[in-house]
Amino acid sequence: MLAAKVVMQQGVHVEGVNFFTGFCVEGHTHAIRKKKQHKIKRNNALWVAEQLGIKLHIVDVIDEYKDVLLNPKHGYGQNLNPCLDCKIFMVKKAQAWSFMEEHGFDFIITGEVIGQRPKSQRKETMPIIARESGVDDRLLRPLCAKHLPETLPEREGWVDRDKLYAFHGRNRKPQIALAREFGFSDWAQPAGGCCFLTDAQYSAKLVDLWNARGSREYELDDIMLLKVGRHLRPSPNYKLIIGREEGENKYLQGYIKTFLSLIPTSHHGPLCLIDGQVSQADVEFAATIVARFSQGREASRVTFDVRFPDGTTQAITVAPMNEDNIARDWYV
Amino acid sequence: MSEPAKLDVTGLLCPLPVIRTQDAIKHLAPGQHLHVIASDPGTLHDIPAWCRVHGHQIRKTTTDDEIYTFVICVGEDR
Repeated sequence: MLAAKVVMQQGVHVEGVNFFTGFCVEGHTHAIRKKKQHKIKRNNALWVAEQLGIKLHIVDVIDEYKDVLLNPKHGYGQNLNPCLDCKIFMVKKAQAWSFMEEHGFDFIITGEVIGQRPKSQRKETMPIIARESGVDDRLLRPLCAKHLPETLPEREGWVDRDKLYAFHGRNRKPQIALAREFGFSDWAQPAGGCCFLTDAQYSAKLVDLWNARGSREYELDDIMLLKVGRHLRPSPNYKLIIGREEGENKYLQGYIKTFLSLIPTSHHGPLCLIDGQVSQADVEFAATIVARFSQGREASRVTFDVRFPDGTTQAITVAPMNEDNIARDWYV
Repeated sequence: MSEPAKLDVTGLLCPLPVIRTQDAIKHLAPGQHLHVIASDPGTLHDIPAWCRVHGHQIRKTTTDDEIYTFVICVGEDR
């Protein structure tokens, strides 16, 4: 938002490009979980575009992003976050989009600040992003430009370098002061929490999924389901995805034609999807676990409909598992 | 008058309904209408916001049993 505003102040026409990888945090989880539905489900990129009065183009990169995640040339951060490769990919995609004849833009700006992020926003990584994306000196970082060599838009006089900034480091106070100077009283959450791949728990679930399948291939539904429910793997051959509340149960309902599912009928309780190849004994064992998370947890018996993906059902009745018997290491 | 174009994005979560709307509008002429049917409550905020920044008009929004329908009139500068 700030980088765009700095350049717009110089009379440059700016439009936003936002990429959807499938791992973006905002929107999805808020939409799924009922208890979070009182919050305004604002898409920050759209909100910023409205504040600035610019167009925003949202681009689906779910399929292309797989290669970034699976084969990051520069490796991962603390979890499965390939931040540097991700930035290179996005700048490259922005270039492909914005330099197209029908769009006709001359250069790309990002809000990067040297030293703000430990992996991808370091002085050494700035030229790597420019070079490996192929954008080279058409990539301008207005917030820290004075720490970097002159770019084409500065040399050509499209922007005045003197009116760019020299922000540096993790302290965001100078950016907040500038935002206030521009009259902004609200801004999007600082970077870092916007990608599920930076989350240790999410990354562990993704690794578990890959290990269980013996392949690192994934589809959008796979990575969406990792954001929803409790995930328990009582046995290597199957995993349970148990809704934690009404909103999640409703979301999981959308997958009952894909997965075998357990639906409690004698008591209120969660919907559970079973991911894997299971025997009748596995299903009955799974039901004892799910019963523990239902309102029948103290009852002697809980009845479920076992629903098969083809729509057929079978009723089973089980005794809820004792809480102490639910092993900690089943939780993915 | 030609039939309005229709787009069903039920089951998709934001921003995918917005992306699909954006893609559908690319193929429509200014003044044409697009009916979008969605199930993610986030669309109540995101689709109107996206339309505002691109100069499209929301002519009608209806909510029926957690299904949201938008009638969008494509703007001049799509």
